[in-house]
Amino acid sequence: MKTSMTRRTFLKGSLAASGLTIAVSVTPFGYTLLNAAEKKDFNPNVWLHITSDNKVTIYIGNSEMGQGVLTAQSMIIADELEADWKQVQIRQGEAKDAFKSSLLGAQITVGSGSMRGFYEPLRKAGAAGKAMLVKAAAETWKVPESECKAVLGTVKHEKSKRSLTYGQLCEKASKLELPQNPPLKKEDEFRYMGKPMPRVDVPEKVRGKAVYGLDVNVKGMLYAVIARPPAYGAKPVSFDQKAAEQLKGVVKVLQIPMGIAVCATSTEAALKGKDALKVQWDKGTLPDMDNAYIEKLMMADLDKQGAKVHEVGDAKKAISEAAKKVEATYYVPCVAHATMEPMNCTAWVQNDRCDVWVPNQNQTACQGMAAGITKLPPDKIHIHTTFLGCGLGRRAFTDFVPEAVMISKALEKPVKVMWTREDDIKHDKFRAPMTHRIQGGLDAQGRLIGWSHKTSAISIMKPVNPNAIKDGVDYYCLWGLWDAPDSPHWNNRIQYEIPNLYIEFLMADLPIPCWPWRAVQNGPNAFPIECFIDELAHAAGKDPLEFRLQSLKNNKRATRVLETVADKAGWGKPIPKGQGRGIAQHACFGSWVAQVVDLSVDEKTGKIKVHKVVVAVDCGPVINPGPLVEQIEGSVIIALSTALKEEVKFAKGGVATSNFDDYPIIRMSEVPEIEVHMVKSTDKIGGIGEPGVPPLAPAVANAFFNATGVRIRRIPLTPEIVLAAIKKG
Amino acid sequence: MISLNVNGKNYKVDVPDDVPLLWVIRDYLKLTGTKYSCGIGECGSCTVHIDGKAERSCGISVKEAKGKKITTIEGLPENHPVKRAWIKEQVVQCGYCQPGVMMQVAALLSEKPTPTADQIMSKMDDVICRCGTYLRMKKGIQTAVQMTRKEGKKV
Repeated sequence: MKTSMTRRTFLKGSLAASGLTIAVSVTPFGYTLLNAAEKKDFNPNVWLHITSDNKVTIYIGNSEMGQGVLTAQSMIIADELEADWKQVQIRQGEAKDAFKSSLLGAQITVGSGSMRGFYEPLRKAGAAGKAMLVKAAAETWKVPESECKAVLGTVKHEKSKRSLTYGQLCEKASKLELPQNPPLKKEDEFRYMGKPMPRVDVPEKVRGKAVYGLDVNVKGMLYAVIARPPAYGAKPVSFDQKAAEQLKGVVKVLQIPMGIAVCATSTEAALKGKDALKVQWDKGTLPDMDNAYIEKLMMADLDKQGAKVHEVGDAKKAISEAAKKVEATYYVPCVAHATMEPMNCTAWVQNDRCDVWVPNQNQTACQGMAAGITKLPPDKIHIHTTFLGCGLGRRAFTDFVPEAVMISKALEKPVKVMWTREDDIKHDKFRAPMTHRIQGGLDAQGRLIGWSHKTSAISIMKPVNPNAIKDGVDYYCLWGLWDAPDSPHWNNRIQYEIPNLYIEFLMADLPIPCWPWRAVQNGPNAFPIECFIDELAHAAGKDPLEFRLQSLKNNKRATRVLETVADKAGWGKPIPKGQGRGIAQHACFGSWVAQVVDLSVDEKTGKIKVHKVVVAVDCGPVINPGPLVEQIEGSVIIALSTALKEEVKFAKGGVATSNFDDYPIIRMSEVPEIEVHMVKSTDKIGGIGEPGVPPLAPAVANAFFNATGVRIRRIPLTPEIVLAAIKKG
Repeated sequence: MISLNVNGKNYKVDVPDDVPLLWVIRDYLKLTGTKYSCGIGECGSCTVHIDGKAERSCGISVKEAKGKKITTIEGLPENHPVKRAWIKEQVVQCGYCQPGVMMQVAALLSEKPTPTADQIMSKMDDVICRCGTYLRMKKGIQTAVQMTRKEGKKV
């Protein structure tokens, strides 16, 4: 991958070059394919550009955070275009309307949406290019199109043994009309899709040459760090500007709404300057807030009247008349994104343009924020997306952009703002904590007949987009349990067939900013749902797998992953003495995943050792199998980290957790064997970056119950919590 | 002025003695393969070799590194078994922690060309990868060991 700086030069060059250029552009009703030659004001940032030097350049608007999107999206285009992979070069695109997802309405890499949103348009873009190149060849040779065939970047006419490369044909092809519905390949004609392809970003990452946000270097750039409030809503009472500005290398101290910025000629000078400020802060808006305060408030919410989310049948009646009733309360605390690369942004505001180099998952927001501050039109805002040192959703909340733009504007210089690890954790926008109370009813045959679910969560959308909250319901908080009727996320709701279902939501009144974290709230909703299903199965005297399947009779894909994982894990067969086994399933972002966890518990130390996790996945068509399995492995591992270790600590109205020494993250020796099985599926393509996360924590808790006979209805299952639970029995 | 030997090249930098080596490597020498992540030696993203040993460049001052042989990811040869194995096994996801991880592995293999599982774990538990590439790392280490053994070269 070329860096952003050279990318700009490249773009200039490619604009001058002629050739065939095809873009996918979003419309209010979906998307349309565009040919550059047809439109004078054509957007230079395109999906596909074929030039006379026989190169195929593919621009990707999604962000690369290790999920392999550059490779996978290019594979789709190259396959349908019938290009030779060797002639393909891949570029990260800037922020442009052309890159907006017709599924999500923005240029944003979230919701496991890169394949869901682009599979079809990219196939068509590639196929349209191929059709035009074939037509151009047929016209050149004056032969029927049906006698011409595209093979690996060349159009051939077998009869006359003639051939022309895409480079030779692109000029003529660009004058042709672009077909909106070109014929697509059949699955057995796929050249790249479904076959393991090495990721294009791997070699430069291994060499240490990949440019992440913190690696951006702009000539004359200043380095900035910001002293940020230690408590929510805290304002500076005093700070020693002089002491900081007297230090060697410190150029300027600047107060901005986010805190007090120290700008210097090097990182270390900026850091020393920040220390020298000795800022005194006031107590903030809720100085009494700590973990106990949060949990108590959110548990108390469950006794209040909330907003009705969904109702079918009469859950209250069904449960009151049930042969067996079960009730349980669950808690899922805040967890931090803690991406390895802390948040950062480099900005350079000039009179007539603004450049922003930033590892981000939301180019549309970056561009809008920079335009708002600089008052420049969006087309003068150039968002250069670098590689992301992990995303996990955090980099879709682009709070790092305005501060860099503000400082650069004030200083009239390029400025790189670096968040320290402490800034990154203390000022994270956490996965929203949730409390749940569920009541369930079984009939005399042990069938699930009623489910009443009340939940409290900190709203994700309230601070950023209050219009997204409908009648007191923030659906973002409910994904996995329920979703808005018009949601682009397809199946983020409880999969069980429950004749009487009632869901109620409360918004926890706390100042903690929350935001999507890998799988969003599918994790904190799948945990209580799948644990409670296990409790119901136990109450019904049924096997947890059998009980699940009984309530998923019409759900082909959920049934298939459950049956597959049970078969591969040897469900029902004896397991080693002292071990426990648990199962869970969940569907989100168009994919279905089931997992079986084997673990043992040291009842003396309270330590849990997870031995093995078997996973079955149905995500529809598979584009690049290697990175797909990596995404599932990574999902299992990060979810295990949250299941066993992670919980953000709060004190004095702010975040007490500060770095990896007090925010433990899973390490190599704690990682189990992981087996991933793909269910062959021709259903609609689903996402893969997130759906591996939600089933893991409940499968662990269910395995813990299987091993010990004790239910733990919260995560993380730390040794302290495990010991306390075993003691209680 | 402090003299530093990095990747076989001599540099002179005008920085205070107490500056962590990490910032000198990144900001002054512009060798940005060495990463900042925690700054307290917990994660291993900033790992470099100092006289052949894996060290956290965030926790060592430039003065302490003076006169020593420093190697960063950029100085690890392109044909080094660890680099080749990391590409072959497609170990990296976001890749941010991996230069440090690879330097940790390279130092381990140079000391113990055929490490036991326990020896691997004791060194590799010092690094954090948020993408969760640990299983791939294990595979990468095995492949690097095999490559070295097959080719009969010392790492």
